[in-house]
Parts: sequence; C-alpha cells; structure tokens
Amino acid sequence: MVEAMVTLAQEGGGMTDTGLAAIGAGLVYGLGAIGPGIGIGLVFGSAIEAMARQPETAGQTRATMFIGFALIEALALIGFVLSFIVLGAGG
Amino acid sequence: MQDFDVNHLFFWDPIAFGDSPFAINRVVILMWVASILCIAFLILGSRARRLVPKRAQYLVETGYLFVRNNIAIDVIGPKDGPKYAHYLATLFFFIFFSNLLEIVPGINFPVTSRMAIPAALAVLTWIVFNVVGIMKQGPLNYVKGIAFPPGVPKPIYVLLTPIEILSTFIVRPFTLAIRLFANMVAGHTLLAIFFLFTNDFLRENISIASPFGVVTLLISCILIVFELLVISLQAYIFTMLTASYIGEAVHGHGDEHDEATETSSTSQKTQHETEGIAA
Repeated sequence: MVEAMVTLAQEGGGMTDTGLAAIGAGLVYGLGAIGPGIGIGLVFGSAIEAMARQPETAGQTRATMFIGFALIEALALIGFVLSFIVLGAGG
Repeated sequence: MQDFDVNHLFFWDPIAFGDSPFAINRVVILMWVASILCIAFLILGSRARRLVPKRAQYLVETGYLFVRNNIAIDVIGPKDGPKYAHYLATLFFFIFFSNLLEIVPGINFPVTSRMAIPAALAVLTWIVFNVVGIMKQGPLNYVKGIAFPPGVPKPIYVLLTPIEILSTFIVRPFTLAIRLFANMVAGHTLLAIFFLFTNDFLRENISIASPFGVVTLLISCILIVFELLVISLQAYIFTMLTASYIGEAVHGHGDEHDEATETSSTSQKTQHETEGIAA
C-alpha cells in the first residue's frame, strides 16, 4: 500500500526548474504591472482635471502628460522584458 | 514553389565576418537601411531652399525646428540650446527612422529592439553630457555639484551623496537604453502575436473559428497605428531626456529652474499678445 502511494506520488514530477521558472515569470510581470498601472491612472487623471479647469494651458499640459506617461511606462515594460529573461534562465 | 521556405527570407547566416561581434547580419543591414532612409529624407528636404517652403523642405524644416525650439531651447535655454540642437536632431531622426521600420510592411523589425543599438546611443549620450559638464564647470566643480547639491543640511549628505552619484552616473544611461529597448521589444512582440494569429486563422488552419481571424486582423491594424504613436513618443522622450541631462550639466543643479521657466513663460506671453492682437 505504501509502495503504491510512493510510486503514484513520484509520477507527478514535483517541483521542476521549468515549472518554477514559469511561476516566477508570471509573478514578475503580474506584480510589476500594479505600480505603473496606478501611476499612469494618476498622471492622466490629473492631466484631465487640469485641462478641464484651465483650457488655455491644454497644450502645455498635454505635452507634460506624454512625458510622464513615457517615463512611468518604462517601468512596466522593463518588467515585461524581465519576465521573459526569468522564463529563459530558469528552464 | 513548394520547396521555398519563407524562413530563408528572414533568417540567414551573416554575410560577412561570421561569428565575430562585427557580423553583418540582418540587424546591421536594416540599420544601414534606416540610416540611408534618414539621410535621404534630410538631404532631399533641404535641397530646395525656398523662402516659403513646400512639401519636402517643409517637413524637414518642421522636424528640425521642432527639435531645436521645443526640445533644445526650451530645455537647455536660449543661449546654449542651438549649440546642442545638432546632436539632439541626429538622435531624434535616427531613433525615429530606426523605430519606423517596425511598421513598414515586409520589414517589420525595429532595429532598436536589439540592445546593442540603444546601449550605444545611451553610452554616447553619457559621454556627451559628462564631457559638457567637465568643460563648462571644471572637473572638480562638476562632480562636487552632483555629489553635494547645495541647499541641503549637512548630515543628510551621508545618505544623499551615494544616491546622487549612482543616479547620475550609472542609472541614467541604463534607464535611457532600457526604456527604448523594452518599448520596442514589447511593441514588436505584440504585433508578431497578432500577425501570427491572423495568419493561422485565415490562411493555414481554416476551421470553424476562422472568423476570429478577422477580429485579430482589425486589432492588428489598430495596433500598427498605436505603434506609430509609441515610435514617435520614444524618439521624443530619448531626445528630451538627453537635452535635460545636457542642460543640467551646463547650468549646474540649482539655477536652471528659474532660467527655464522664465524663457518659456515669456515666449508664452508674447504668443498670447500676438493672438490677442490678431483676434
């Protein structure tokens, strides 16, 4: 009975390097997209409010908004590329 | 016709210098294509020399004046801006045309998605702003201005100095390169996934799920337009950050805020006056 259970347990495969790498890759991008998501929402929300309060500065506000967006987006994309690196380096 | 393998169009051995780092493979050849496109665009546009420009001359003038006025002069200042506008315009046009190859049908490969090219540009920018800082302020003053920014109570320097040195000399070129690289890799991957899905649903495995291929085709078209925005934005951001670093190296840490806001506010005031008179 015990031998049968041990044999059945061994067929699962357990924790492999590929499996851990896949979990790691998922965690890297998943957790890494929370911050930039909130940040970009804040930037665009403030820009919309500023353009609604003072439409004559809409041009300058729009330019600054794009600059803020690109700087924050960089962090999310670094996470995206890093998840592929983790996936490749594990398995 | 059946033996023709499409992969041979895109994956071939380097045509010269084989396995060395100087191998001439498709990345290098596409970089030359982007450079030739950029040079041809600029030369053809600047040949006409009319006082009231038309078509090609207008496009090139708009592009160069955009970099010179809105990036170099606004960020660095009206005195020193035009001197660095040459380097900034080179950066802007080269990055824009290299990224543009991503949405050209048939090529669809942004040269800046291989880390060597953004890394080289970032190293070049690092050399430029350090040399400018050393030449304008003297080597000792320049490093002192970065490591010990003025107006901070003395004990905080223990915490602030390593952070400032690390941030200015190491993190800046690193994030410049990675920002451009990661944006282009992500865009390229996204486009590749949707193109492959469309090809699979509509041409290779025609099944009951094939109408979904039309959806992915539409999304591919929308993504191409979106990628055009990302391409322009990334070129602008790289150039603007370079200008910001050069401006900081020229002016030093503290005074540049007053200078920059003064010039931009006066230019806006004169613009409003002329608009008021015209209206």
